[in-house]
Amino acid sequence: MRAMVYRGPYRVRVEEKDMPKIEHPNDAIVRVTRAAICGSDLHLYHGIMTDLRVGHTFGHEFIGIVEQVGSSVQNLKRGDKVMVPFNIYCGSCFFCARGLWSNCSNVNPNATAVGAIYGYSHTTGGYDGGQAEYVRVPFADVGPMIIPDDIEDEDALMLTDACSTGYFGAQLADIEQGDTVVVFGAGPVGLFAAQSSWLMGAGRVIVVDHIDYRLDKARTFAHAETYNFVEYDDIVVEMKKTTDNVGADRVIDAVGAEADGSLLQHATGAKLKLQGGSPIALNWAIDSARKGGTVSVMGVYGPVPSAIKFGDAVNKGLTLRMNQAPVKRQWPRLFEHIRNGYLKPSDIITHRIPLDEIAEGYHMFSSKLDNCIKTVVIPPSAA
Amino acid sequence: MTNVDDRPGGPGRGGYPAEKSEPRETIEELKARIPGWGADLDPADRPAFPREQSLESGAHWDIPDLQPELVPRERSIEHKFLPPVFGTAQPLKGLSGMIRAYAYDRFSEGRVAHWMLLVLGDRVDVVESRFTALAQLKPDNIITETGILAEFKRDGIGSRFGRNRTDTKHMWLDPVIVAGPTVLLGWVAFRVIRRLAKG
Repeated sequence: MRAMVYRGPYRVRVEEKDMPKIEHPNDAIVRVTRAAICGSDLHLYHGIMTDLRVGHTFGHEFIGIVEQVGSSVQNLKRGDKVMVPFNIYCGSCFFCARGLWSNCSNVNPNATAVGAIYGYSHTTGGYDGGQAEYVRVPFADVGPMIIPDDIEDEDALMLTDACSTGYFGAQLADIEQGDTVVVFGAGPVGLFAAQSSWLMGAGRVIVVDHIDYRLDKARTFAHAETYNFVEYDDIVVEMKKTTDNVGADRVIDAVGAEADGSLLQHATGAKLKLQGGSPIALNWAIDSARKGGTVSVMGVYGPVPSAIKFGDAVNKGLTLRMNQAPVKRQWPRLFEHIRNGYLKPSDIITHRIPLDEIAEGYHMFSSKLDNCIKTVVIPPSAA
Repeated sequence: MTNVDDRPGGPGRGGYPAEKSEPRETIEELKARIPGWGADLDPADRPAFPREQSLESGAHWDIPDLQPELVPRERSIEHKFLPPVFGTAQPLKGLSGMIRAYAYDRFSEGRVAHWMLLVLGDRVDVVESRFTALAQLKPDNIITETGILAEFKRDGIGSRFGRNRTDTKHMWLDPVIVAGPTVLLGWVAFRVIRRLAKG
């Protein structure tokens, strides 16, 4: 089969790879019909994630057709069209039994600090991902869901991570009616978080980034006020000024490890990998929140320490909330919002490319060329 | 000396009131402007809350069947045992595999050495794989693998310049930061080897 493979930092190619096999009675093999490149795939692409092996296939956002099922699978059959959450989880361990589906302890030998994710290095379990023609899907009775007839494929694809994660991030921010919400990052997760903040009753939603076309999207797609931090000497002061110098009630970090805006932090965190990512956005979030406010962290960071302003968070009495999103928990409500016309997740897609052009797709997304926000990848068998 | 009315951050004196700022838009205006505004207004009726709750997951087992361990599988020493299910992509091999195995066998996830060894393993893996690809007559192609041709097809110049992007300010420095340590290390290694060879 054709599959994208990692060849080293900033380098990927498409190769012929062995077909995935059923390795456990509750496995399924899914023929991928659409995959997407996620902002967090860039942490892999740039070589920031640890234990990222050459030959690894990325891709944790995908939908497809069930091709084969293991002997214990009850809920799926060959031919079902499914959406697959980015989390791999057993549904029965201590954490899964409590609804912490992104924190399963039965699926990742390589680390106890993180659950398992498709195509996201061996630190998250060593599973090849969905930027390929076929993918192994463990716990087929738990993770995948048959796509409802009235949900369009590309909307379902966005729900496998980006939209659900943004929606989850807004929930973790504890938004109450009339709150001012600041979202750092106008990538897909930030845009979905901004849009979701309104559903929870925000009175103002402000999005901060430095990419003009993404800020345009934040205004049109997410109905938000926007700030380009490059235009201000100090974006934290601007956030204070616009909130009567009190600070924002709720702040969402939707940037994570590769934040820009401070050369020292960016160089040591994102480029030299001396930190578990560049914590600029998280520190701005801590500084911009009001005392007693909430910071929701949806940005992804690596496992080594980062220079985070924890003292300010303590002194301000902030609530910091975070997790990988247990995306399937969000789906029933998000289906409702799509059916009601409140959300149209696929409107965020800017590019659709064949799998064989994925190297250029990664370069485009990484370098933010051609007004790229979200790229969908189409395998040859689904073209 | 700065005039009190010209102070950075704002002029004059004052005190902070107890009340929240006046809302910029009324609820009616927000509802008219934002599709679905307030649809999830009740914090108790949001799918992520309460965070811990028993939910139907689809699992029909107490403990999952154990996936066969066909080749020895590395695992964190913080695990009690090898979990029932695991990825089998790219098993350990070569020098990079030895480094990674040592990181897993010797250091917990709480130790920076664990992660730094894994980073080292990643870099060694890349070098090993370059040679392996050559030997298999499937050499790496820097043009196609970096996707650099997108610069021409996707308006590389127009996308970057005149658009107030902060990353363009340090773009010239990025290759130095990324490649610098490797070049420096290679040069030091070269000098050391040459000195040893000279006796």
